[in-house]
Amino acid sequence: MKLLVSVSRKQGKYPIIAQVVKETGVLVNVERAMIDSHEGELLIDVPDDSCELVRQKIAGLGASVRILDRGIRIDTRECVDCGACISICPQEVFSFGDDWGILVEEEKCVICGKCVIACPHSALFLSGEIPERPF
Amino acid sequence: MKKSIDLINERIRDGNAHVVTAEEMPLIVTELGEEEALKEVDVVTTGTFGAMCSSGAFLNFGHAEPPIRMERVWLNDVEVFAGLAAVDAYVGATQQSTTQQSVYGGAHILEDLIGGKSIELRAISHGTDCYPRRTITTQLVLDDMNQAIMVNPRNAYQRYNAATNTTDRTLHTYMGMLLPHGGNIAYSGSGVLNPISNDPKFRLIGSGVPIFLGGAIGTVVGEGTQHSPAGAFGTLMTCGDMKQMSNTFVRAATMHGYGVTLYLGVGVPLPIIDIESVRSTAVTDRDISVDILDYGVPSSNRPSIRKVTYEELKSGMITINGEDVRTSPLSSLKRARIVADTLKDWVKAGKMQLTLPAVRINPDKAGKPMRETAHVPRVIDIMDRRFIPIDEESPIKVAAETLLKDETNHLPVVNKKGQLVGIVTTYDVSKAVARPGNKTCVRDIMTKKVITTNPDEAVDVAIQKLERHNISALAVVDRENKVVAMLTAIALGKLFEQRWSR
Ligand code: SF4
Ligand code: SF4
Repeated sequence: MKLLVSVSRKQGKYPIIAQVVKETGVLVNVERAMIDSHEGELLIDVPDDSCELVRQKIAGLGASVRILDRGIRIDTRECVDCGACISICPQEVFSFGDDWGILVEEEKCVICGKCVIACPHSALFLSGEIPERPF
Repeated sequence: MKKSIDLINERIRDGNAHVVTAEEMPLIVTELGEEEALKEVDVVTTGTFGAMCSSGAFLNFGHAEPPIRMERVWLNDVEVFAGLAAVDAYVGATQQSTTQQSVYGGAHILEDLIGGKSIELRAISHGTDCYPRRTITTQLVLDDMNQAIMVNPRNAYQRYNAATNTTDRTLHTYMGMLLPHGGNIAYSGSGVLNPISNDPKFRLIGSGVPIFLGGAIGTVVGEGTQHSPAGAFGTLMTCGDMKQMSNTFVRAATMHGYGVTLYLGVGVPLPIIDIESVRSTAVTDRDISVDILDYGVPSSNRPSIRKVTYEELKSGMITINGEDVRTSPLSSLKRARIVADTLKDWVKAGKMQLTLPAVRINPDKAGKPMRETAHVPRVIDIMDRRFIPIDEESPIKVAAETLLKDETNHLPVVNKKGQLVGIVTTYDVSKAVARPGNKTCVRDIMTKKVITTNPDEAVDVAIQKLERHNISALAVVDRENKVVAMLTAIALGKLFEQRWSR
């Protein structure tokens, strides 16, 4: 399961993830880290059964943490199977099936957002529901 | 042996025509040989589905009461061309909404109309004796229009060069997102299924030939704009009735950072009349090659990184300088197949009869670039040669004095050989004076990553660099990285004042 951890600059200097790993013994995989002068955002992957433990620990250390139950979503009504999302995704989430239809391995997604702007048909979404579009 | 078009049409009428797609044809020719394939196969269907920016439609709205001679017309806030008598307009696919910009454009109007949605029409006129009305606002659906005829100036490019980007930043182009450092390759076109690639001499495709266009039966008008078959970049002008089209094959799109475009399905059924048509339809992805161009170079003469075939492109990975690079298409191969398969079904079912070109398309033409009669401003025309370079070892105080004396905000910093090593601004110097620390010479305070231009660069390209990096001056360097001038935003401002007054 993936967790999105937001830390303020002060906390950023403090090794939250290392602390969590040490105290819980859970192996945490940092998939993406974005840290600028004001705040930092870390995307971590943890085994499903220790998710709650890790979440509580991180929250206890003062960072805000959000469980991301889903990665990239595709609106199949808008997708035309062009494949423009394939080569720009750092995680190889997208690929072609035998019939050149697009396949999505959502669990590999690290929520970087690249494909959302690369898709010419606005068929990809990261948060919220797929908007209702009268067809 | 030859086979007449009449015989082929007779077989189509009788439901006995043997129809295959351009993907199936190569294997048939390999197995049967050319002579047998000619006897066996009557029609080969092709298909492509991808971004076709140069598309649009003529709409006739019918006359209002009292009548209006529409001079400017907007459909859902997208301006359409109305210089066509009173109640006709041409919707260009890439025209963007005045209120929503790249989110909605001409292509969306086409998609929405075909999808049965209602569109708001607004028009104005100066009013005449015969057409007194001055404004009109109304809601229209496709059925309300007398005609909605798609006429696309340039469709179905024979092949299209692939794209990569060797710069250090992500580019957003009409070839999609191009990652920095040659991180990916984007390509377009259906290769083996492409109509013109199956008839590169234009023996079968020409004016009057029936085609698949957006889900309807349309026709080839003639050569497309920018038709350049001499370099294997032939194009077609096509037309068809929008009222027969379907959203599966007409889809609006927005290329991030580029704008609105239309994804369209086009296919041509090719009658197999002689050995040469067997040969041309036996083409495979391996036989069709394109260049991979570096879109990092902002010119219409982009350098080619290497040649590549559609077979390699479709494999998903190619090597460039020993490194594996992922490829992905912009056009849909799945839908291109659906186009070719649908055409196959139509011909088999006797839904269409084939013809040979009523007028042939020139197979040897070469496109040419625009003739420009006005001088395109280059950096050399407006750069400031009276700049003062400063030595990297000069004390900060000297930099401060130079800036003051010359009333400038930027000093290029050079080494002993006169080569550019950095830049200092008034801000850098003020900061160093306010918080001296242990900084003593120019080298300690300069910005080392300098954005440069060169005397031959087009001014518009230099402007993009200033904007992208949010800076107000560029160092102009020669081939040896020696500073020859500075280019400032002030000089650019002066240029623009003159540019439009000439
Ligand atoms: S880029 Fe968009 S439309 Fe194209 S295959 Fe991916 S999700 Fe589908
Ligand atoms: S958000 Fe990033 S990682 Fe996830 S699918 Fe899109 S490009 Fe891939």
